[in-house]
Amino acid sequence: MKTYLPPKFIVERDDSRCIRCEVCVNQCTFDVHSYDTEDAELKSHEENCVGCHRCVVFCPTEALTIRGNPLDYRENYNWRPEVIEDIIKQSETGGVLLTGMGNDKSYRIYWDHLVLNASQVTNPSIDPLREPMELSTYLGQKPDRVEFGSHGLTTELPPQVKLEVPVMFSAMSYGAVSLNVQESLARAATEMGTLWNTGEGGLHPKLYKYGDNTIVQVASGRFGVHPEYLNVAKVVEIKIGQGAKPGIGGHLPGEKVSAEVSSTRMIPKGTDALSPAPQHDIYSIEDLAQLVYALKEATNYTKPVAVKIAAVHNSAAIASGMVRAGADIIVLDGLRGSTGAAPKIIRDNVGIPIELALASVDDRLRQEGIRNQASVVIAGGIRNSGDVAKAIALGADAIYIGTAALVALGCTLCQQCHTGKCAWGICTTDPWLTKRVNPDIGARRLSNLLRGWSLELKDILGGMGINALESLRGNRLHLRGVGLTDTELEILGVRMAGS
Amino acid sequence: MKLKELSRINNFYHDDKVIDACSIFGMMDTSGNRFSGKPVVEAIANMHVRGNGLGGGFAIYGLYPEYANYYAFHIMYLSREGQAKVEDFLRHKFHVIDAKEVPTKPTPGIVNPPLVWRYFLEVKVEESNGQSEGDYVVDRVMEINTKMEEAFVFSSGKNMAVFKGVGYPEEIAEYFCLEQYEGYLWTAHGRFPTNTPGWWGGAHPFNILDWTVIHNGEISSYGINRRYLEQFGYNCTMQTDTEVVAYVVDLLIRRHGLPVEIVAKILAPPFWSYIERCSPKEQKLFRTLRQVYGSLLLNGPFTVIIAHQGEMIGLTDRIRLRPLTVGVKESVLYLSSEESAIRLVSPDLDRAWIPMGGEPIVGSLGKPLKPEKASVAEIKSVRKC
Ligand code: SF4
Ligand code: SF4
Repeated sequence: MKTYLPPKFIVERDDSRCIRCEVCVNQCTFDVHSYDTEDAELKSHEENCVGCHRCVVFCPTEALTIRGNPLDYRENYNWRPEVIEDIIKQSETGGVLLTGMGNDKSYRIYWDHLVLNASQVTNPSIDPLREPMELSTYLGQKPDRVEFGSHGLTTELPPQVKLEVPVMFSAMSYGAVSLNVQESLARAATEMGTLWNTGEGGLHPKLYKYGDNTIVQVASGRFGVHPEYLNVAKVVEIKIGQGAKPGIGGHLPGEKVSAEVSSTRMIPKGTDALSPAPQHDIYSIEDLAQLVYALKEATNYTKPVAVKIAAVHNSAAIASGMVRAGADIIVLDGLRGSTGAAPKIIRDNVGIPIELALASVDDRLRQEGIRNQASVVIAGGIRNSGDVAKAIALGADAIYIGTAALVALGCTLCQQCHTGKCAWGICTTDPWLTKRVNPDIGARRLSNLLRGWSLELKDILGGMGINALESLRGNRLHLRGVGLTDTELEILGVRMAGS
Repeated sequence: MKLKELSRINNFYHDDKVIDACSIFGMMDTSGNRFSGKPVVEAIANMHVRGNGLGGGFAIYGLYPEYANYYAFHIMYLSREGQAKVEDFLRHKFHVIDAKEVPTKPTPGIVNPPLVWRYFLEVKVEESNGQSEGDYVVDRVMEINTKMEEAFVFSSGKNMAVFKGVGYPEEIAEYFCLEQYEGYLWTAHGRFPTNTPGWWGGAHPFNILDWTVIHNGEISSYGINRRYLEQFGYNCTMQTDTEVVAYVVDLLIRRHGLPVEIVAKILAPPFWSYIERCSPKEQKLFRTLRQVYGSLLLNGPFTVIIAHQGEMIGLTDRIRLRPLTVGVKESVLYLSSEESAIRLVSPDLDRAWIPMGGEPIVGSLGKPLKPEKASVAEIKSVRKC
């Protein structure tokens, strides 16, 4: 069938700069560039280009420019080019449209409507270059009070996990991303005193040594879950849902299930790894409690158990149930949470913005007097330390970043994760491509990112006249809203700027 | 908001925090001897410029020895109707042992004073529904302060009381004839609010049961301190950060039964880097306190003097962004924003020093201070040669 899809991008090559080195030919995984030996000329199959800019960055003479194809259809606010092209794709394939990364639609980003406070005159701002500034935080269940006996403190806390910086790396499974990516994450987390998350694909033996900075995930497919896996970790996370695809399971295509992936996931090589939509032993909240306690038993009550859900309409009530079911950490993954592969229609339409979910969950847990019983971690579209500070002020204990971490490794959000052809070598298991992420360099880039954010967070705290993270956590008086409705302000628990 | 209620709003602009800077002074004879407030008034008046005349107040302990077993309520009224309603309520909930107007005298600078009455009360056990006496009294005070218009409880402890209002502290002292009272522990406060027209109830000290707090500073962690306390049933009605301190102390000391030294480590905890250098036992203690009570860390510049029966505690934030000087003269402990105020009333101190940020200074009847004069005299004689 002749495709009616026009090219999305235009590839421009400045022939006066091109030295025929063929770097672009080798770097592009979507077969855009080719070298015609007879004419000594480079050609472009623009229709294949996904706009990842790998070739642009690696062309030694900066001969390449990738531009969006203007696609000037007759203007129509309802029938935008994306809508037309999705219909074309489906009419040619008859299938579910798949995509990668997070929701890219124009839903309101509340972070951009929240502003932070700073001290002026009546109290001094604190200079982080001259005074201590504390970003450490502990995740885990806390009692409401401590008790003392005749020999001092008698209270024993349930297991707590220390984070030197309140930013962790979100779940990205081996198979979805490469081992080199996971190693980069694990090493950066270790260096920076934070945690990375295995995702649902098991833990490669090579990475066991980073166990003290590892969160292992137990998801509906139970891939690679065994006692050693659970016990090597610092935190065990039960994955109920994911912001990019609430209510939907996972599908790792057989082509990505290499020998290594197959042994780590404990499934035959080349078979599709299917994660069912629900966990088939959790059909209700008391079932969740059973799994939480099964995992606590399996790890001898030495590790906090986290439960991760996608932020959906009644997250607040669900979160309350999760705390009561014994979860030590609640993870909320918002509307903009990313994925290695999801049905586009789900990614773009299901779930709620993380800012609103966080605000209502934190409120609800406080109203019920159980906020101390669990830490709250959020994920989904956190872009910079400003977002982190705002999330903490809304009530989060810590933040997961996924996309931001991948961007640090080269990702430009071309949304081709599901194809396995990632030109940046991130979201693929093709050995020729995974080499593109060197764990030495990857770990350095990720550590640098966290280091930069830490310095910025210290500046933000100091500016507010606060020198410990816990004084910002849930402190919504340090936030003001700009351009929000009364209802939005009410849900966020934040006042309008100027008031 | 009805117009008439404006007179009982501490924070006119509803921005939750009263931003203020202040003078604070505390004086306690740890041997329990009662003394007149004269030196206290002199000392706080010496720090006149630290206030702006929009609030002054005093707390006195050991004040009513003849009624030591009864709750002494000092209640402010904006109208006779308000008084009638509250007195009705008091008679219903308590045995009223005595009720009198607090003596005052016309004082220049004090305008539009409310009525202030003093009651000695005993809890009606049959009304308390098995609640502890403390909780019962706290609830009744909250009821009066939040539900009854035109009335506000200045203080509600035994053998102590709070005198406060809008004016400079020395004017308040004159107005309430404080020269005629004696106590073994006095605290005093002069206020410099930047954003409020001033309301009598909004002056310091803040009180709940026999706990009082005077405070110089702005608590930048107010938002989370308040939300944390709300989980334990405290409603911060007065919209000041000082109120938060009073409730934190009530929660930690009265309800959670923690010793004062531990409470100081919660309000102004050691830094993580310091904790790491402590002995394993201390590490565990400090870490646990920060993990459990992190939301009660008072962050931002503050000095507080917290007092209750038999004890006075001075504390600054952990990097000491507001001043506190300690003076000792025989069994008397002085706490003050400025050393000059102490020297004015006790020129010949045994010792004066500035405590470290976050280091609590505790004066207690249980551990009276030993005279140190001898050694100081020696130093002096050396200097003379
Ligand atoms: S490398 Fe990326 S940007 Fe360059 S041509 Fe290929 S798909 Fe397009
Ligand atoms: S990488 Fe650049 S210089 Fe090399 S062949 Fe491609 S366009 Fe030409």
